[in-house]
Amino acid sequence: MIIPEIAFYLFSVVAIASAFMVVAARNPVHSVLFLILTFFNAAGLFVLLGAEFLAMILVIVYVGAVAVLFLFVVMMLDINFVELRQGFLQYMPVGVAIGIVLLIELVFVLGTWVIVPEAKVFAEAPPPANVTNTHALGQILYTEYVYLFQAAGLVLLVAMVGAIVLTLRTREGVRRQSAFAQTHRRREDAIEIKKVLPGQGA
Amino acid sequence: MQTFLYEDIVPLFPELTVATAAIVLLMVGVFRGDRSTRSLVWAAILALAGALAILVQEPERSVIVLRGMFVADPFALFAKVLILVGSGFALVMSISYIEREAMDRFEYPILILFATLGMMMMVSANNLISLYVGLELQSLALYVVAALRRDSLRSTEAGLKYFVLGALSSGLLLYGCSLIYGFTGTTSFDALTDVFTERGTQPSLGLLIGLIFLIAGLAFKVSAVPFHMWTPDVYEGAPTPVTAFFAVAPKVAAMALFLRAIIAPFAELTGQWQQVIVLISIASMLLGAFAAIHQTNIKRLMAYSSIGHMGFALVGLAAGTPEGVRGVLIYLAIYVAMNVGTFACILCMRQKDGMVESIADLSGLSRNHPVRAAFFALFLFSLAGIPPLAGFFAKFYIFVAAVNAGLYALAIIGVLASVVGAYYYLRIVKIMYFDAPAEPFVRPIGGEMTVVLGVTGAFTLFYVFYPAPLVAAAQTAAYALFP
Repeated sequence: MIIPEIAFYLFSVVAIASAFMVVAARNPVHSVLFLILTFFNAAGLFVLLGAEFLAMILVIVYVGAVAVLFLFVVMMLDINFVELRQGFLQYMPVGVAIGIVLLIELVFVLGTWVIVPEAKVFAEAPPPANVTNTHALGQILYTEYVYLFQAAGLVLLVAMVGAIVLTLRTREGVRRQSAFAQTHRRREDAIEIKKVLPGQGA
Repeated sequence: MQTFLYEDIVPLFPELTVATAAIVLLMVGVFRGDRSTRSLVWAAILALAGALAILVQEPERSVIVLRGMFVADPFALFAKVLILVGSGFALVMSISYIEREAMDRFEYPILILFATLGMMMMVSANNLISLYVGLELQSLALYVVAALRRDSLRSTEAGLKYFVLGALSSGLLLYGCSLIYGFTGTTSFDALTDVFTERGTQPSLGLLIGLIFLIAGLAFKVSAVPFHMWTPDVYEGAPTPVTAFFAVAPKVAAMALFLRAIIAPFAELTGQWQQVIVLISIASMLLGAFAAIHQTNIKRLMAYSSIGHMGFALVGLAAGTPEGVRGVLIYLAIYVAMNVGTFACILCMRQKDGMVESIADLSGLSRNHPVRAAFFALFLFSLAGIPPLAGFFAKFYIFVAAVNAGLYALAIIGVLASVVGAYYYLRIVKIMYFDAPAEPFVRPIGGEMTVVLGVTGAFTLFYVFYPAPLVAAAQTAAYALFP
């Protein structure tokens, strides 16, 4: 009983501390690394909640793709982060004020949270206890939501086509490798034999 | 585990035709390159015609398939026919333009096909999630075609502006959907109808806020005031055939989606949303009428004109009766014909050194090109709503529905706005017929343009003699929304 609680506090403390370090670190590369640590701890919290699928997705998508991409951008683009941060103190009062307003709003919203009792009828039933998350998702993805799944695939296809249309340029004078031309090159095309007479040089 | 039946797929055949065609043509384009653009455009038109043929052959019925995600009923049928016709005409009109203006990227017809597919999914949505997915498929494709001329500063600006504001509106829409889901526990339109009819009590405040956000997101898509800011810039910046497409098919789809999402699921809340619709309708009609007066660019003028027209169409939605919905559908059909015709005229505005789009370039058109000027004047008179042209009847059905629903003030403001709007349409007619001739346009306009002008012109002119089929189809479609 005690071990999950220890794990919860461990993950939470590390998550909050590393989230703080994301903002506080001077070196942007360190910030990204702390961000990855935060994601790992959040994944741990998901595992504790019994949402192992979400935990794995978080690690694969956020750590594996998003954070690594971010790291690449930070390392490849020469952004002067010190300069970007210069106005920080100047804007802090406004930021703090907005934060407080949002906090008060959250308190108000959560304080008066009401769910219509009749709505429960329409809520989806929770998955049975002996079915894992991944299994449950797999069962409905291609049955209940097959239409949306296919449509989402089309949306992604359009996004890909759009990105290519708007950015790809065929440049002149680029040397491309052509395996066909390479393997079909004959000895006669490449080598020329010259008779060199003695004493005259090539 | 439940499997899918063949019957579940049959209502999707038109969508599947368009989707398959788009994917196959994409492969052809990738292998053959930009040389194949012309044949791909024709193939895309053929695919749209094929989908239309399948669509009209289907028996008239209301079925809900794919676990309540997709509905095929007379309403969806009517809207889809309009969308397919509008997209097809837009493609036909763009054939010679894309070759002339070096816009012949093979992705263009494919993106138009995907946008059309998204629109068909929108009007068949029976769930907030399928609504959103269809909307996003359509919008993403539209953002890209708006910026298709990526070397032109105005085109890229139009694409970027459209993308940023479109993403914002999608956010509003999703926020509204999540609130509606949170307060009712369902995303299905049928279940939403049941929630209200069973309960019969006052709806909660959160649900109303969600509904307002949903309306805001949809109003952005139909470019109703106060969510219209993107329209003039995007219309002006996008390549002209793309503007023609924007002005026709997406407007029909978004308005049909508006009707489907508001009328049936929130029928019990009519009193609540009616005020909002009345307000944005009045604002759109007035802004469309007054802001267009000072425009000098014909594409910008058409943008304000479309804002105004959407305001008139919203009058029918505000009525909230089958008669009002019928009016909106007839309005959309006539709007498609008039706008396709007008944009065909605009696409013919080409001088020796390229396309022109200023209203001053039209001066004295009647002396240089009498036939073209006559067609242009015909469409402008119809847009202004002068009897006996089709545009008059479009407004007539809408205002009759509003008066029968007791919305007298709305109908009176609408008529007044249409009088103001007539001024700027007639001003163009005056410039064409009474001003000193400007440089003449290039003469042969191409066979496909002649056909487009002929078909839309005949519809606009002769609708008065034979309105029965359109009215009957719209009537059936409208009653499909009212259980």
